[in-house]
Amino acid sequence: MEKFTTLTSITAPLDRANVDTDAIIPKQFLKSIKRSGFGPNLFDEWRYLDHGEVGMDNSKRPLNADFVLNKPEYQGAQILLARDNFGCGSSREHAPWALEDYGFKAIIAPSFADIFYNNCFKNGILPIVQSNEVMDELFAVEGEITIDLEAQIVRTKSKEYSFEVDQERKRRLMNGLDDIGLTLQYAKDIKAFESQYFKTYSWL
Amino acid sequence: MPQTLYDKLMSAHVVREEATTALIYIDRQLIHEVTSPQAFEGLEMAGRKPWRLDASIAVPDHNVPTTDRSSGVSGIEDPISKLQIETLDKNCEAFGINEIQMNDIRQGIVHVVGPEQGATLPGMSIVCGDSHTSTHGALGALAFGIGTSEVEHVLATGCLWQAKSKNLKIEVNGELNQHVSAKDIALYIIGQIGTAGGTGFAIEFAGTSIQNLSIEGRMTLCNMAIEAGARVGMVAVDDKTLEYVKGRPMAPTGDEWDKAVDYWKSLHSDAGAHFDQIIKIDAKDIKPQVTWGTSPEMVVAIDGITPDPTQESDPVKAEGIRNALNYIHLEANTPINTVSVDKVFIGSCTNSRIEDLRAAASVANGQHIADNIKLALVVPGSGLIKAQAEKEGLDKIFTDAGFEWREAGCSMCLAMNADKLEPGERCASTSNRNFEGRQGQGSFTHLVSPAIAAASAIAGHFSEVK
Repeated sequence: MEKFTTLTSITAPLDRANVDTDAIIPKQFLKSIKRSGFGPNLFDEWRYLDHGEVGMDNSKRPLNADFVLNKPEYQGAQILLARDNFGCGSSREHAPWALEDYGFKAIIAPSFADIFYNNCFKNGILPIVQSNEVMDELFAVEGEITIDLEAQIVRTKSKEYSFEVDQERKRRLMNGLDDIGLTLQYAKDIKAFESQYFKTYSWL
Repeated sequence: MPQTLYDKLMSAHVVREEATTALIYIDRQLIHEVTSPQAFEGLEMAGRKPWRLDASIAVPDHNVPTTDRSSGVSGIEDPISKLQIETLDKNCEAFGINEIQMNDIRQGIVHVVGPEQGATLPGMSIVCGDSHTSTHGALGALAFGIGTSEVEHVLATGCLWQAKSKNLKIEVNGELNQHVSAKDIALYIIGQIGTAGGTGFAIEFAGTSIQNLSIEGRMTLCNMAIEAGARVGMVAVDDKTLEYVKGRPMAPTGDEWDKAVDYWKSLHSDAGAHFDQIIKIDAKDIKPQVTWGTSPEMVVAIDGITPDPTQESDPVKAEGIRNALNYIHLEANTPINTVSVDKVFIGSCTNSRIEDLRAAASVANGQHIADNIKLALVVPGSGLIKAQAEKEGLDKIFTDAGFEWREAGCSMCLAMNADKLEPGERCASTSNRNFEGRQGQGSFTHLVSPAIAAASAIAGHFSEVK
């Protein structure tokens, strides 16, 4: 996994609440057995005017010019600004895969759905919670902003906003650590737990 | 110190505790074809083996066709669906994981199959790469949905890192109104607290109305906990739970059964246990529900009207109402029972159990779907439920009434197989999500109970049970 330390980028403002993972990546693309390549179908139903299917040449599809990601001023944005309850619905990790594959490395919103929030960290994406008031200010910012994970600060030209993040998740993101490898360091603890556990709950 | 049910379930599984998170042991991992291929690929690439083989059980459900399956997986028309199911079969074989394959009579929706087989037991920690894993909490288990990286993590380590959720108790008391089901309770609650109302919480459903629900009804309710934002929904173990579990193929027997029951009887919140939030609902306030918009919280009673965005003071909410009405092609202030329906879907991990089929069949019995209904589908949650329904003659009631009787799977809940809506079609659906495009691009989903779905199929528009 790629390390996340600081990120400076323009932002893409997605000004709607309750954006669900079906909207982030529609179900027809879940049939892939791969982890990559979902970026061109991120927000597929909002982004294109036609119906998207697996295997289409996305570069030839008609774009919805009104959709934020299609506007020239937001090209290359690596930070997504969103509203309440971003990523609600299905647990599909294809949603962060699509966001990551598109190029987003951070999402700032007033709240996230739990499963999506977890899934972001597994894929090197930093989800940041800010209040509605701060979100309104960030939505109004023109130009780049900087996210400093070490300092836990979102920085605009004129202001700084601190944010909370679980310290263990921060450590893993900053070092690009593999979760499974880390957990297997505790293999002895797991084995010890099991031997006691299956004595107590012998029917399992 | 008195503990909540959630606290008890969590602490029984803690392998290792850190400051804000704990490594918890997973008793059961349920696997399906959509969220597992990348996890198996990850294991293979890292040269890792599953930690404990008998923790896992797999079943294909999202992509399976609900029509003729006599030519097996190779007969699946959609090549991409076929590849995904073949990949599951191949991975389970390669890694030695117990799989119930497509043409096994026990096949069905993973959240129906788990409890049915006794793979879900009270007190277990259960995960699946599917958000509706909350369903299993109906049996007093700790069950929640995870992403594919976590599927791989559980396969490789038998454990998962979890931050502790807060405790929310939702108490529903009193006798339910006529034709009000667990689905209506779920939709009503989501309408009250919103789709983020349960975010960060584990919900315990309690109160006399919940105690009076069957286990099937409790599963419907816990299934929808995630639609309120909560990964975990639970109901305490009682005699109904024990009765449901007893005799299931994977349930303990003999002395082990007695020992298990002793433990399971402790799986309830202690008197005086601390909840971070308690919500009380009076059952008499709950009428049959219909969603009108593109989020499960956008819901009204069957005799209600669509909301008017000009009457909403919060601008973000007003915009949400406007977007939803615009998408779903309904005007503000429309009585929902005047809205006509094109298709009806009875099924999904929310409402495809035998009790759901019985409720729908009792409404359809001796009636016929209206002329404007293009398709009314009944998709049982498992092959065993299908067989049971056929034994009871429910299939005959449905087909006589003009419904189609199908094979088990997720089907039109998320339209990954061939069962989907066309753009502009409106569906009365017993599933769990009415998001834009969920049942097919540009289609309109209205969530209802099985009884309301059947009544709407007969009337041709959203309708109470007559």
